[in-house]
Amino acid sequence: MKNLLILGAGTAGTIMAHKLRHRLPAGSWRVRVVDEAAEHFYQPGFLFLPFGLYTERDVVRPKRRLLPRGVEFVQAAVDRIEPERHRVRLADGVELPYDVLIIATGTTPVPGQVEGMVDGDWRRRVHEFYTYEGAQALREALRDWRGGRLVVHVSEMPIKCPVAPLEFAFLADWWLTERGLRDRTELVYVTPLPGAFTKPIASQVLSGLLERKRIGVIPDFAVARVDNDRHALVSWDERQVPYDLLVTVPPNLGAEMIERSGLGDEMNYVPTDRHTLQARGHENIFVIGDATDVPTSKAGSVAHFEAEVLTENVLAQVRGQPPPARFDGHANCFIESGFGKGFLLDFNYRLEPVPGRFPFPRLGPLALLGESRLNHWGKLAFKWIYWHWLLRGRPIPFVDHQMSLAGKQIPEGALKAGAFG
Amino acid sequence: MPQKVIAGQIVEVDAEGYLSRPEQWNRALAEALAGVLNLQLTDAHWKVIEFLQRDYRERGAVPGMRRLNKVGGFATKDLYALFPDGPIKKAALIAGLPKPASCV
Repeated sequence: MKNLLILGAGTAGTIMAHKLRHRLPAGSWRVRVVDEAAEHFYQPGFLFLPFGLYTERDVVRPKRRLLPRGVEFVQAAVDRIEPERHRVRLADGVELPYDVLIIATGTTPVPGQVEGMVDGDWRRRVHEFYTYEGAQALREALRDWRGGRLVVHVSEMPIKCPVAPLEFAFLADWWLTERGLRDRTELVYVTPLPGAFTKPIASQVLSGLLERKRIGVIPDFAVARVDNDRHALVSWDERQVPYDLLVTVPPNLGAEMIERSGLGDEMNYVPTDRHTLQARGHENIFVIGDATDVPTSKAGSVAHFEAEVLTENVLAQVRGQPPPARFDGHANCFIESGFGKGFLLDFNYRLEPVPGRFPFPRLGPLALLGESRLNHWGKLAFKWIYWHWLLRGRPIPFVDHQMSLAGKQIPEGALKAGAFG
Repeated sequence: MPQKVIAGQIVEVDAEGYLSRPEQWNRALAEALAGVLNLQLTDAHWKVIEFLQRDYRERGAVPGMRRLNKVGGFATKDLYALFPDGPIKKAALIAGLPKPASCV
């Protein structure tokens, strides 16, 4: 009996369990998935929890129930991977051998990485919405909000779902307006990057959006610490941003287990071939989703597209062949912009987000890099697609893992050639 | 693509002055780009620039502050002293790399 071992039963791990269980013979391959947590969260829904748009029922399911028949769920913490011995040691000492290993252990916010972030103001004036508990606590804080200075903040890049903090600011603008609190609230967006929009085409198309929404932007802000006495963010160059309510995105790091295994970079992400998704230097270890260091977004859509590539490459590895499939960095993200509207982005390693129609040229019906009501409905519909379609490893109709150029308005010179494509 | 003459050389740049074609980069150009930012490049600047270029070649992305600290061995304070008001974006521009960016 051969062993396929998947570490992590989040979006990426669950999809891979479905895809490979169907393609590997049950008589000769045992498929096991290891995860410490019992609950699977629909993480895009965390954005909606603080505003009362979603509740627990929308975002939580038992992990075990989301895995297919014929896959064993091992609920346990991993101590480390031992690549030389082709086995994984669990925290309780049990050893699990593998012929092929898939690392899908994701990324986690670690607020303790910023001095002062988890001190007195934490979960009182300082909040985050990247965990279930955090999003719930933030809902309570917003319920008591009567006005003041609301600061939305990104600590450092990369983060999971890079557009989520901007979406939070847009939704806060809408929610405060609905409640009659917008005029009493100063909304500020603080980023370590040179601006809220950083890609040339998006910056041009979306310029003025934040001004129109009266959201102030403080760019190039590298946070050194949170001053709990003064209720202020302080940067390395000693700038201060005071807050009455701070909604921060803490630094994101890969699993500590990756570090213990000697497989990670400085953020515990696994150096991964950006096309084959093989861990560098380890033929029978593959990496998918937020756990990799590939230069595209850390997002569920990326894991979904990577899964198509990874399935072919794992099956080739099993047959003793080199990996045939190549991942192009494809990501597809809805951005909520408030007041029942949204944007849609579709991009990859070679092409930044551009305007156009999606998935069909001219017909759309969705608008790329343009605001529309249908994009907002697309984002809401996506929850059903996620639970019932995407997690089961089914392809989304008309949306291939390789990004299509059809329907996109590509300015001259925008499509990057070669090196990383 | 707008063209610009820098250090006697015609180069392609984007709206913010970042090189569109990294292969056009050379050391004389870097000195000139730094001059536009009122910086005089010292050995300490060059160490940062060379690290950014090496890391970008290997990983396809401009490194963040944590990577500059831990892998490059540069302290944040020192980086701000060398490249005031935004060390990574300034060093990237001088190094002929894209602006540090998110997905949009």
